[in-house]
Amino acid sequence: MTEDHAPCIPVTKPRFSATFDPGTISEIQRAAATGIYDIRGGGAKRKVPNFDDLLFLGASVSRYPLEGYRERCGTEVTLGTRFAKNPIQLKTPVTIAGMSFGSLSANAKEALGRGATIMGTSTTTGDGGMTPEERGHSQTLIYQYLPSRYGMNLADLRRADAIEIVVGQGAKPGGGGMLLGQKITARVAQMRNLPEGIDQRSACRHPDWTGPDDLEIKILELRELTGWEKPIYVKIGASRPYYDVALAVKAGADVVVLDGMQGGTAATQDVFIEHVGIPLLAAIRPAVQSLQDMGMHRKVQLIVSGGIRSGADVAKALALGADAVAIGTAALIALGDNAPELEAEYNRLGTTAGAYDDWHEGRDPAGITTQDPTLSARLDPVKAGRRLANYLAVLTLEAQTIARACGKSHVHNLEPEDLVALTMEAAAMAQVPLAGTNWIPGRNI
Amino acid sequence: MSAVHKTTEDAVIFDLAAEELRSLNAALQALGGKTNRTAWTIVNPRGAHAIAVGVTAPVAITIEGHAGYYCAGMNDGAFVTINGNAGTGLAENMMSGTVHVKGDASQSAGATAHGGLLIIDGNAAARCGISMKGVDIVVKGNAGHMSAFMAQSGNLVICGDAGEALGDSLYEARLFVKGAVKSLGADCEGKEMTAEDKEILSALLQKAGCHETPEEFTRYGSARTLYHFHVDNAGAY
Repeated sequence: MTEDHAPCIPVTKPRFSATFDPGTISEIQRAAATGIYDIRGGGAKRKVPNFDDLLFLGASVSRYPLEGYRERCGTEVTLGTRFAKNPIQLKTPVTIAGMSFGSLSANAKEALGRGATIMGTSTTTGDGGMTPEERGHSQTLIYQYLPSRYGMNLADLRRADAIEIVVGQGAKPGGGGMLLGQKITARVAQMRNLPEGIDQRSACRHPDWTGPDDLEIKILELRELTGWEKPIYVKIGASRPYYDVALAVKAGADVVVLDGMQGGTAATQDVFIEHVGIPLLAAIRPAVQSLQDMGMHRKVQLIVSGGIRSGADVAKALALGADAVAIGTAALIALGDNAPELEAEYNRLGTTAGAYDDWHEGRDPAGITTQDPTLSARLDPVKAGRRLANYLAVLTLEAQTIARACGKSHVHNLEPEDLVALTMEAAAMAQVPLAGTNWIPGRNI
Repeated sequence: MSAVHKTTEDAVIFDLAAEELRSLNAALQALGGKTNRTAWTIVNPRGAHAIAVGVTAPVAITIEGHAGYYCAGMNDGAFVTINGNAGTGLAENMMSGTVHVKGDASQSAGATAHGGLLIIDGNAAARCGISMKGVDIVVKGNAGHMSAFMAQSGNLVICGDAGEALGDSLYEARLFVKGAVKSLGADCEGKEMTAEDKEILSALLQKAGCHETPEEFTRYGSARTLYHFHVDNAGAY
């Protein structure tokens, strides 16, 4: 054999490990270099079973659809009918989730209020108190009652339309928070009674109650403080939804807010976001079952959140038994977060549009998750509010479109029977049949 | 308010054995700053929760007996006296005014309170002054563990002893203890008593009717080492 005829030996291509993939390797390297866990904003980024794994069965011979744009399909929702004298009336079942002034700029909070008000829905304060901007621009404002009680005061409590006791959130059930010093401007510090520029910790438990029996008394106090006028919501991170919902109802909640692990946070350890809590898809049915077992479904309303993106997601959440949904991350994107026209600036921060999640650092080029006056001024609250209203309108129209196709004259008439699942996991979690079968894992075995 | 008995032009006796809590709080919350009905006595409280919450008028309210959870919660200007003991969360999130319990207070007394003065003649249980945000608290007896946890601002005076982990994760609140401290929490340390501290302490002791002198107390405050997260402090978190 001459050299000319030597066998051509293929070069083995570099092969990445599925276990030690490039992201894992870079995180190990980052951890070794810094000694600090990774903190970021947003919700779980890992792939989890979600609403994409469900499909609607449109009407056919066995049932007939409603005429699109012609026959009425209601979207209004009333929240807080159990005890409150003044329940919340909304025109769409899509609400804005709690996000704090401090985490978000004042302009962003104002924009959320403007967008929500245009569409006749509610927005929610966060860990940091109520600002005049958001109260002034929010027709319906839910006031969060958090462990830190930053900025909590009697006047604002009475100015609110409803009170949301936050027990936990989907991104970090069982966790507190920390707003880093670079976002603690003089105004944020003043609202929280703390020195400017220091890292501000938020406790994971309430300071004056522990457990469901205490919560019942706390709810009584809040009702007495506000003349039994305002609905009391209890927000929980999705972990043990059947029991947590039961205990919230037992404690006297008018509304339960259930937040899945895809729900965002201003700043939390990545390991917490990705490894604690369960996906929203897995949480809704146990929560609804809990309400049904107590005879309280539709009497205590259920709002679900955590990864709601489209009208299809809205419709699926309602079909599984929720009364309304809340959006947070999607609302920020509608305002202008992660906008592609800011790509050059995201690149300078070491990231790219669509992946930016260092919301805690306060350098958001979109002017949303920042307290920097120059960056904040970039967000026009009127235009951003309009974008949010547009997005809310699309969510509502999409949900109506699906409901009409299923023959429903109100989005609340959607039901599990309208759904099938594409995967066994989704079928088991949503307790609907695998598509093309009558098999619901865990049932009819 | 048929069961409300006016004894004089400005004094009201309210019987919680005969009337609902809602009626009491509604009546108290409706009082304006210029009301003539400035002296309220609540009889038969029988440990009811949420008595006299959210009152904004500067009226005197005397509770003749034991109160349950959240008595005088979010008080904003009233002068509330409890001739008995108080349950969890006494004067929680108080904005202004004075709350004075003649007996003991259960846990989380003065939690997150922004202003006003809380006087506890007896002992305070765990977490007294937790996350306090500007209130002044004087405990004439002992205070339980984790008192002044994450206390942000204001002053906590303990004339007796303090339990474990006093002032854990403290911010800018000032703590004054006359007796023994079982242990200090993370980032809490003894401080030099400045002239300003003595002035504040002296005034609070006087307001609370205490006979102690500032010289008998030790001042504690934040070492401020946890103000900026650093991995070297991870053990303290």
